[in-house]
Amino acid sequence: MTDALLDVAGLSKSFHQVHAVRDVGFTIGRGETFGIVGESGSGKSTTARLVLRLVEPTRGVIRFRGQDLATLSKEALRRERRHMQMIFQDPFGSLNGRMTIEQLIAEPMEVHHIGDSVERRRRVGQLLAEVGLPEAARHRFPHEFSGGQRQRIAIARALATEPQLIVADEPVSALDVSVQAQVLNLLLDLQQRHGLALLFISHDLRVVEFMCDRIAVMYLGTVVEEGPKAEIYAEPRHPYTRALLESAPGRARKGAPLKGDIPSAANLPTGCVFQSRCPRAFDRCTHEAPQPRAVAPSHRVACHLAEE
Amino acid sequence: MTDQAPILEVRDLSVSLPISGRMVPVVTDLSMSISPGEAVALVGESGCGKSMTARAIIGLPPPGAVVSGSIRLEGRELTTLSPRERRRVGGRGIGFIFQEPMTSLHPTLSIGQQMTDALRYNLNLPTRVARDRARELLARVGLPKERDLLNAYVHELSGGMRQRVMIAMAISCNPKLVIADEPTTALDVTIQAQVLELLIAMRAEIGLAMLYISHDLEVVAEFCDRAIVMYAGDQVEAGTPVECLKMPHHPYTRGLVDAIPHAGEARARLSPIPGQVPSLGSWPRGCRFQPRCPRQDDRCATRPELATVVRSEVRCWHPLVGEVS
Ligand SMILES: Nc1ncnc2c1ncn2[C@@H]1O[C@H](COP(=O)(O)OP(=O)(O)OP(=O)(O)O)[C@@H](O)[C@H]1O
Ligand SMILES: Nc1ncnc2c1ncn2[C@@H]1O[C@H](COP(=O)(O)OP(=O)(O)OP(=O)(O)O)[C@@H](O)[C@H]1O
Ligand SMILES: [Mg+2]
Ligand SMILES: [Mg+2]
Repeated sequence: MTDALLDVAGLSKSFHQVHAVRDVGFTIGRGETFGIVGESGSGKSTTARLVLRLVEPTRGVIRFRGQDLATLSKEALRRERRHMQMIFQDPFGSLNGRMTIEQLIAEPMEVHHIGDSVERRRRVGQLLAEVGLPEAARHRFPHEFSGGQRQRIAIARALATEPQLIVADEPVSALDVSVQAQVLNLLLDLQQRHGLALLFISHDLRVVEFMCDRIAVMYLGTVVEEGPKAEIYAEPRHPYTRALLESAPGRARKGAPLKGDIPSAANLPTGCVFQSRCPRAFDRCTHEAPQPRAVAPSHRVACHLAEE
Repeated sequence: MTDQAPILEVRDLSVSLPISGRMVPVVTDLSMSISPGEAVALVGESGCGKSMTARAIIGLPPPGAVVSGSIRLEGRELTTLSPRERRRVGGRGIGFIFQEPMTSLHPTLSIGQQMTDALRYNLNLPTRVARDRARELLARVGLPKERDLLNAYVHELSGGMRQRVMIAMAISCNPKLVIADEPTTALDVTIQAQVLELLIAMRAEIGLAMLYISHDLEVVAEFCDRAIVMYAGDQVEAGTPVECLKMPHHPYTRGLVDAIPHAGEARARLSPIPGQVPSLGSWPRGCRFQPRCPRQDDRCATRPELATVVRSEVRCWHPLVGEVS
């Protein structure tokens, strides 16, 4: 893919004994929405933070807009950051409560020396309108707003530098369905208007199905399946993806749920990470870790059974 | 099922709380009845009063709360009991699974200690017997026998295991009713499915009645017999969860259903409910949903009573009767 906006390969991160992310690779095209799903602790947030270089990878390459981020100087990396912004899960914790909404939204522009203070104030007005907040909101503080409104403020802040990529880590998980719908609509509108690419993290498979073009399914720090959303939802190829889709509310549940608990990321099994819960595991899975392989163009699965 | 004597019968339950110097209603005129083996869901958005209803039923409302109405457990009125009697009856008759296991399991007591304490207090079992029973219960909820979980502490367990321990504790005194307050929201869907499966099995095996609290109508549709939809402290609709999803009659229920993203309509616009939930103390007069309702008119200034619409009970002057497309 020549016009990839983000290209990640062999990305790994360990915190002491904990292998949070192992050998993760994926590509996000311009204007595309790429979803990461997986259970709690599977490494979704760590992957997001690695992509933004908020944490240093133990290994791996991140190419953003054609440049290897590891080779950039501190200053060049700082400048590159204006093209990638982040929205967090917790609309309560992620905004500094002592700053006004105007200050919060203007801050990223100040950091990146965009415009003068008059221009920045004007731009704050535009951004408020864009995310559907009243002009009067600018002089108020985060605690005066509801969860959904705070997430709009976070989105306005993320948009302030006109980024090409927004990394959204569970942006609607703390919201009720009716508020969630408002925020998802907003993200779709903005994406269309500005040609934004989104790295969208969620554990809600309904939301991911609704939002994403392509998805990666993570289990214990690795990507077990990656490909076009429609293909994966219609015919999941990895046994974990299948179990995940079959357990999701709103989808007709088939068969018995998976047995067993998720192993600890500090004490990984040899062989396939999923073997302890896999209904189809056989001897090879206990000693040989399956490598991701293509089962269709741009659809990869890490499972011995996907080999044909 | 429903012609058996109900395990739990709640009539006109109201709860008010003291907020900045005045009593503010939080739950109003809620009624429900749950028969043996039946699972009833309490559904609604954050702050609508689900947990408060549960806390009133088990007799643990926040300090200063005023609770009125009738709560009967196996025919016995609970609201007139002394707090001590109430704890005894409730401790045995009702098991409770909390929203967040970390806040309700003790961090520095072993799992075995916590379980045997409850068994000794509620069933007067000698320590030895209580410990054996605790071991049995942990196996019963599918925790690995080979692990010595009685001597383990909460922080050594995964989220799914903690939730299983909570369930084991909730059923330890052979309750007739289990109240589960969002027991699976913190869990991965594959683990969530395991926990639901377990609760469903208990229902069939021991005729356990269940009040299941959730904000997700689709989750409860899979295993609950009836759903009560709440909005701003009020019961706005009650019916089978499938009916609520497929043929919602209250415009609020309809709004909730429309807001859920669905397969096949990817990247079309969702339809959120306009406006916001009113805050406590400033509920509109009459129908509380009226300022956000597309069907609102003058009549809505008077509070509607619950009335039967098709197969459901609905509190609305202008209920919907058609199917969701
Ligand atoms: N700073 C850290 N120090 C030590 N361990 C960490 C750190 N950050 C993450 N981890 C561990 O790395 C693993 C992956 O965590 P991560 O937060 O990426 O998971 P996640 O998929 O985002 O989970 P959730 O859905 O719960 O947010 C976990 O085992 C976690 O405990
Ligand atoms: N101790 C308290 N003092 C004052 N207000 C309270 C107290 N506990 C709860 N409330 C308020 O009462 C209302 C109902 O709360 P409740 O906990 O029943 O909501 P809920 O439906 O369980 O919501 P959620 O889905 O977020 O758990 C909310 O507006 C809440 O802010
Ligand atoms: Mg996370
Ligand atoms: Mg609650």
